[in-house]
Amino acid sequence: MKFGVVQFPGSNCDHDTFHVLSEVMKRPTVWLWHKDHDLRGVDCVVLPGGFSYGDYLRSGAIARFSPLMQEVKAFARRGGRVLGICNGFQILLELGLLPGAMLRNKDLKFLCQHVHVRIENDKTDFTRAGRKGQVLRIPIAHFDGNYYAPPRVLREIERRRQVVFRYCDANGRVTDAANVNGSLNAIAGIRNEAGNVLGLMPHPERASERILGSLDGRTVFASLIASLERARPARRAAAPRRKARHDR
Amino acid sequence: MIDKSLLERHNLTEDEYRLIVELIGKEPNLTELGIFSVMWSEHCGYKSSRVHLKRLPTEGPRVVQGPGENAGVLDIGGGQVVVFKIESHNHPSYIEPYQGAATGVGGILRDIFTMGARPVAVMDSLRFGPPDDAKNRSVMEGVVSGISGYGNAFGVPTVGGEIYFDPCYNLNPLVNVFCLGLADKDKVFYAKAEGAGNKVLYVGAKTGRDGIHGATMASAEFGKDTEHKRPNVQVGDPFKEKLLLEACLEVMDRGLIVGIQDMGAAGLTCSTTEMAAKGGMGVVIDLDKVPQRESGMTPYEILLSESQERMLLVAEPGRVAEVQAVFAKWDLDAPVIGEVVEGGRARMSFKGEVVVDIPVDAVVNLCPAYDRPIAAPAPPPPAPPLEDLPLPADLGEAFLRVLSSPTVADKEWVFRQYDHMVQVNTALLPGADAALLRIKGSKRALAMTLDGNGLYTRLDPRTGARIAVAEACRNLACVGARPIGVTNCLNFGNPEKPEVMGQFEQAVTGISEACRIFGIPVTGGNVSFYNDTEGLSIHPTPVLGVVGLMEDIGMAATPGFKAAGDAVVLVGESFAELGGTEYLRTVHGLEAGAPPAMDLETEKRHQEFVIEAIEAGLVRSAHDLSEGGLAVALAECAFHSPRRLGCEVALDGPLRADALLFGESQSRVLLSCRKKDAARLLALAASRGVPARAVGRVGGADLAVASDGREVLRVPVETAYRAWKDALPAYFKVRT
Repeated sequence: MKFGVVQFPGSNCDHDTFHVLSEVMKRPTVWLWHKDHDLRGVDCVVLPGGFSYGDYLRSGAIARFSPLMQEVKAFARRGGRVLGICNGFQILLELGLLPGAMLRNKDLKFLCQHVHVRIENDKTDFTRAGRKGQVLRIPIAHFDGNYYAPPRVLREIERRRQVVFRYCDANGRVTDAANVNGSLNAIAGIRNEAGNVLGLMPHPERASERILGSLDGRTVFASLIASLERARPARRAAAPRRKARHDR
Repeated sequence: MIDKSLLERHNLTEDEYRLIVELIGKEPNLTELGIFSVMWSEHCGYKSSRVHLKRLPTEGPRVVQGPGENAGVLDIGGGQVVVFKIESHNHPSYIEPYQGAATGVGGILRDIFTMGARPVAVMDSLRFGPPDDAKNRSVMEGVVSGISGYGNAFGVPTVGGEIYFDPCYNLNPLVNVFCLGLADKDKVFYAKAEGAGNKVLYVGAKTGRDGIHGATMASAEFGKDTEHKRPNVQVGDPFKEKLLLEACLEVMDRGLIVGIQDMGAAGLTCSTTEMAAKGGMGVVIDLDKVPQRESGMTPYEILLSESQERMLLVAEPGRVAEVQAVFAKWDLDAPVIGEVVEGGRARMSFKGEVVVDIPVDAVVNLCPAYDRPIAAPAPPPPAPPLEDLPLPADLGEAFLRVLSSPTVADKEWVFRQYDHMVQVNTALLPGADAALLRIKGSKRALAMTLDGNGLYTRLDPRTGARIAVAEACRNLACVGARPIGVTNCLNFGNPEKPEVMGQFEQAVTGISEACRIFGIPVTGGNVSFYNDTEGLSIHPTPVLGVVGLMEDIGMAATPGFKAAGDAVVLVGESFAELGGTEYLRTVHGLEAGAPPAMDLETEKRHQEFVIEAIEAGLVRSAHDLSEGGLAVALAECAFHSPRRLGCEVALDGPLRADALLFGESQSRVLLSCRKKDAARLLALAASRGVPARAVGRVGGADLAVASDGREVLRVPVETAYRAWKDALPAYFKVRT
């Protein structure tokens, strides 16, 4: 199996995500360039955090028009796994692969801090290594993470169990105080109806090494790897794991 | 054409003008005069400070590049170097807080990546007037948003810094930005134009009229139309800067260029002449080829513009196409605007006419240095003798007031607006004694901190400056790191006032003495004079940025208490030193007295001991004592503890209760250790000649201090925590 990390101009968590996938999770990972039409045979496309195209106009609004994203859209429609983190989530919303939109945080400030999120659905390709109700401690870093969807859409995504993560306190209670950016229904991450596309505001790549204070972000990557490797055993056999390198 | 008033508007004296004429062998035209005015300005030429800065130690075994380049470079082993510097952006941040601060960040980032290093950390040292004033709050909100807006989008973590509040910064806030980058030792680039025939390329944003030198003349001299005069503060575009970073690092990594310089202060003028002077060459520039954002710009405006996100590259002719291809990949143009030539002259043409023809050496290296008159700084207003100072009836209440003073209070409201985690290296979150970054692929870590207590320096410039260096190093020691180098940002008033020069001279002496004792070279920095507004001078405020190295990040210490039952150990001695303290200011309304004494040898011994104890695995928490003294340090250890553990502490000795709780005696550190390790820890201290005492234990829900068997403080941790935590956000609550 192979991960592809997309680089837009202005992406700035691209190297972090690449580092965690290749050095921490030790899976083959390649770069995908926004001007290309080539997905380089990857099994999972990761849209990293940052400020694609400066986030001018609106977060993620310009990135959706890049040549590569037309391929990503087709890939997702074919059932390919797509993970959007932070700005990546915003791009998926703009692209229409996920429902809803992002507003500015309720306090109108950029927020960078550790938050707690609760796994709402552990039957997804992105959470199967965790369990329902489990509380993860993962940092956020965004200005536009206040999730919004019209009431009808919101009801639908709740009914279809598309909400994968919700902001909560350390004990798993969903409270106003824990919902730091003011998201509707405290939504921190959602999947699409088919279940192959996930967007989330917290940064799992910032919580995947002990030295950074939390390992909880690995749940997302480990789940993805497990579901992909189960889905494609032949390919995995053909591509042996890379030799372990020094990992801090 | 050039008369007295024109010179005045260019901030040049008649003597300086005569020197220019002598050096270039002709009367300068207006454009040439403009070039000299910016290059010989205090900011670029260090006219008033140079004779003093020479006294700073700048050498050491790790020094790859000392002062004189865009940033200092230190060897950290493993084939890697750190590239770091601090810069001020004070005046622009008052005029336009958001853009002033944002472009301050942008400028220092370019200083770092122009040397081939990827910026990995930013810290800010900020000074504002008290936040109970609406104007001060709006300046502070703007500055914080500006730093956040630029740094976050660029993708560099803002990992720490410090903020002080004092009315002396009401009309003159300080915004000092520090940046550190990492590079391979063999890939460091310099601002040198070498090789006749090599091409000069312009990359990045187009040149506009923003940021043209403050001495810009009235429009009558420039154009026939009365062009609207734009504000002098530049506007930042972090997205463009990010593209510039990636493209520049790529051409450097591939060895496609021979030299590179950013266009910061004095823009195109500074970058072209400096590069030529450093390479011992001349340069020919065609100003018509400079990408321009607006029409009708004069050569004067093009050369003096300080538009942001621009760089100048020098490449061999055969490499130009490759360089341009890399920039095209990042959607940036890279036109050739000139050529390196023999002869040491800068010749610039505009619409077919030569508009500048001057020797670069005169512009860059022959700016006069002044040994300005010095007067002894006024002695500090005396603090009343302790016996005349009323002891607060309720020390608990006094404690809460100190904790909630904006200078001491929690700064999370600020630092959570900064992305402090991007690049996944941040091992300690802001609020710890020092920032700590892992170096990927190794066990090693970089520590860094900024320090500078302006009130101490106001009361005694030499001691205050010594304390600034010592405290910065102590912050590193509390994490477990050894200092390896320092950069400084010296914020002072008007150097033409002998008293201000007196403060400056003494502060430089203090920094120099301390750096020699700690064995750390000063690799560069920045001097910001003329921090006077409407007759009010700021406190002399030297800010020190110290960088340290740690061999094993796994041993790093943090300030928070770890477990109930652990022993609390106080390193260092406490004296009746209340001069210049936060307590005296907050509770008694006095900025007075002599600051605490600083014995550098003692300080160094104590720090060595702390590092040794941390490396030996004897320490579970470490935190230095600074503003607010012992009481605040104990509280912070509790606040940083995951379960907010309290402590019970008892001391004996003759100190009056307020001096014991809030005195700011130097060279002190609070450690906690497992009970079973206490004896070993104290024995180690004794063997190193360091006074250390077990003063209590961690645990309980209170912060309790007894003196000579009598309880002088008992406050629930939660009460103290709320006072500390809520103070700053309360000023910024939306008022309805």
